[in-house]
Amino acid sequence: MADSVGRQVDSINHATEEDEKKQEIIRAKGEGKELTKEEKQRLRKEKKQHKKNKKDDRGPPEKEKEKASVPAPSKPATQSPAHKAAPVPVNASASESPVAAEKPAKSKAELRADRRARQDSERASKPGKKEVGQQSTSSKPKATPSELQPVKRLPEHVQVDDPAALKKLAKKLERQQVPLRSDYGYKVSLFSHLHQYSRKNPPTQQISIPVTAIHPSIVRLGLQYSQGIIAGSNARSVALLHAFKQVIQDYSTPPNEELSRDLVNKLSPYISFLSQCRPLSASMGNAIKYIKKEISNIPNQCKEEEAKRRLQECIDSYINEKIILASQAISKYAIEKISDGDVILVYGCSSLVNHILCEAFEKQRKFRVIVVDSRPRLEGREALRRLVKKGIRCTYVLISALSYILPEVSKVFLGAHALLANGYVMSRVGTSQIALVAKAYNVPVLVCCETYKFCERVQTDSFVSNELDDPDDLIVTRNGKTHLENWQTVKSLGLLNLVYDVTPPDFVDLVITDLGMIPCTSVPVVLRVKNVDQ
Amino acid sequence: MELQAVLMAAGGGSRMMDLTYNTPKPLLPVGNKPLIWYPLNLLERVGFEEVIVITTKEVQKALSTDQRMKTDVKMRLDVVCIQEDADMGTADALRHIQQKIKTDILVVSCDLITDVALHEVVDLFRAHNATLSMLMSKVHEFTETVPGQKGKKKAGEQRDFVGVDVTGKRLLFMANEADLDEGLVLRKSIMRKHPRMLIKTGLLDAHLYCLKRSVVDFLVHNKSVTSIRGELVPYLVRKQFSKSLNSKTATEDTERNQKQQDADHNLELLSTSKDEALVQLARERSCWNDHRGDMSEAYHGGKLRCYVHIMEEGMCYRVNTLAAYIEANRVVPKLFEEPPIHPTAAVSERSLVGSDSIIGPFCQISDKTSIKRSNVGTSSIIKEKVKITNSIIMNGVTIEEGCNIQGSVICNNAVIGRGADMKYCLVGSGQRIEPETERTNEVIVGSDQLMEI
Repeated sequence: MADSVGRQVDSINHATEEDEKKQEIIRAKGEGKELTKEEKQRLRKEKKQHKKNKKDDRGPPEKEKEKASVPAPSKPATQSPAHKAAPVPVNASASESPVAAEKPAKSKAELRADRRARQDSERASKPGKKEVGQQSTSSKPKATPSELQPVKRLPEHVQVDDPAALKKLAKKLERQQVPLRSDYGYKVSLFSHLHQYSRKNPPTQQISIPVTAIHPSIVRLGLQYSQGIIAGSNARSVALLHAFKQVIQDYSTPPNEELSRDLVNKLSPYISFLSQCRPLSASMGNAIKYIKKEISNIPNQCKEEEAKRRLQECIDSYINEKIILASQAISKYAIEKISDGDVILVYGCSSLVNHILCEAFEKQRKFRVIVVDSRPRLEGREALRRLVKKGIRCTYVLISALSYILPEVSKVFLGAHALLANGYVMSRVGTSQIALVAKAYNVPVLVCCETYKFCERVQTDSFVSNELDDPDDLIVTRNGKTHLENWQTVKSLGLLNLVYDVTPPDFVDLVITDLGMIPCTSVPVVLRVKNVDQ
Repeated sequence: MELQAVLMAAGGGSRMMDLTYNTPKPLLPVGNKPLIWYPLNLLERVGFEEVIVITTKEVQKALSTDQRMKTDVKMRLDVVCIQEDADMGTADALRHIQQKIKTDILVVSCDLITDVALHEVVDLFRAHNATLSMLMSKVHEFTETVPGQKGKKKAGEQRDFVGVDVTGKRLLFMANEADLDEGLVLRKSIMRKHPRMLIKTGLLDAHLYCLKRSVVDFLVHNKSVTSIRGELVPYLVRKQFSKSLNSKTATEDTERNQKQQDADHNLELLSTSKDEALVQLARERSCWNDHRGDMSEAYHGGKLRCYVHIMEEGMCYRVNTLAAYIEANRVVPKLFEEPPIHPTAAVSERSLVGSDSIIGPFCQISDKTSIKRSNVGTSSIIKEKVKITNSIIMNGVTIEEGCNIQGSVICNNAVIGRGADMKYCLVGSGQRIEPETERTNEVIVGSDQLMEI
């Protein structure tokens, strides 16, 4: 009796297991999550186990079904946790076994029909799910599932066309009391997954005027970002750290809280607000990671004043090391590469490249500079002003004249917004074009970049993750006429104002960093070494 | 905290004495709400939670007793009283409350009625780290006939000349016609830095200023500045382009210049913040410039910046003259969401109240009365067969039967006898108009008022 009961228990267990597993698989597939290799193996093993047990039990349960009565299943239900073997998902089982235990009341024919129907539905939905799986793989080229962890989620700022992600973002911002900035204008379909904001709708429209939820210096910083007053990777990081210094200065630990945890929580809404004003740059991301690490490393017994002082010093030393001293080191290396009689081509306004050229000029190198500029930002004018003020001989062209001017050029110096882990250089839009044409003319391309801008992202094209600036910047008024004034009314017209693009490492000959002069493909090495150091 | 709001409500209303000799200006009813309600409402809508109100004792008493103010205005009002006859200018008032001021301030005048998006003004103040940011608006021509105005309108008050740069945001020059002797004098230093300047004259200063805290400290050191609009603002605008202290030559060392130098010194010192090095570094590394064409960096390296937001559309009125008062009364009901006829008013069914009129609480409108395009204040009693067109009836007024009132302003507690015919008149507070009188284009005030010049 006990044996048959035991077998019955097993059969019921397996029935419940089966149901649970099926439900789990259906649930997992329904969510569209990609199952990792491990999970797939596990599920495969369990399915095999199912099928084996099903074959065995199809015999005995047919005999035992008549003996099965309702009170009996309830006893095995209580005994079932004891009998459970390891590969059964434990969580749902305890709740599901009493539920499933009532199922054997159905006749065996009904059970078989149930099973068949379930298998059919699964088979039918499998091609659909495969499709979904493929689509998700194609739309998530960046999802690098690690072997041991579940799939990393995509950052919110590249999922703008997904309403679920938008809803999540809205909820998060509401919780943090940060206003949600709405997108503006028609987006070109290739880039509909990115945000596009208008400068005429500032992020401060919806927050109260004496801001309470966000520190005033952060609001000021956000405004300066969104209006472009602070632009450029280094400037943005320095301004961010300066604002954080003021936040830390004005911070006071609430009672029953620890500074190390509470301050980090306080910084999260500020960071959300800043990313609403303008998407964060890679350098800013690294700076934020550093700050958060420093804050969480503050020992608990440290007094508040002491902790604040320590954090301010950390920030100062970070800026000093990673930005100021780094630029000095880079210019030292770069000046070795500049020889007398050189014609150097620069693009846009990179603070680092300008610094290098000014230093080289001070060290009495004889060279002249060609500044290439592009619309709509026309940042080259600012670079031109700084170089000419120093006394350097400059020529100014627009990017459309690039192939005309390149035969004169002996070297190209480019700045970078970030260096990606696969060696690609992310920089102002137009940089990859310059690198391409320079390669065609066999002109060496040198990229100057500090190590704190190295980023662990991997990107091979400029579509996946980029920034869309205000499309109205492209509108220009000449002779009193603005032709694009009503561009929104023309349904077939879209204005695209991209900010960044990625340059493949084949076009870059050398990367000059504060660690030395490295080839583009050594970026992952630097990243690995940096992580080990930290 | 980011900004503190300061509401200046101690002014006397010197340009409309006929209205204000009995009622202080902040309590004048506009659209059946006291004038001071409008800037308070603006501040509350935007998100302020407390306001420092500088006013006289009379107004303070009225504010604390007025039921409607208490329910409408949810902010905390920190009322500071000053003596009525102390003749304090607005800058003096700021000096008076210097202890309360801990952050940058937003100064508003009590006679401002506007629906401006305040974040436009404050964003300029924040983004450029400006010392002064103010609001101006295009002047609207007043179309209503003003009672008591004989002959054509005066040639227009003294004009304001406002110079802005090409973006239209940076304030480069500000002068009032009264201060100019013969012509407009522009300094070469301004022209060198901003070769393109737009000079506008048709602008109304809304008297809304965002000032840095260092300006208040500067005021404490310089007791000679009495008025914000008259002296402080032009001074700040001029100081943007003054030479820095280093370049002052030794020969100009008279005592007056010494004081001036000290004053300038104070302002510059006070406006630098700590961590200036980081701000400077960020600005150096940033590839942005506010102007182009010359070799200087952003803002020409100047520390003092003044900005202005010029409202193109929208409502902005300063109720400091009779004409403005009437115009405001006409326009303001559109701002409200409240029903035009207050629920507690007893309006008889056989009367005709136009849709563009508003009736205050506890009014009694009798039969066969017609009210068109008018505002009737609290607790007014209008008897039968009265025709009121285009008029403003303040609180507690009694109008007997058969009157015909057109284009007039009837102040608090006046009594109009039966059968009177008033066209374009202004009846002062508490006046009695005899029955069967006919007045056109007259200002009827008490005899005691006539003595005050």
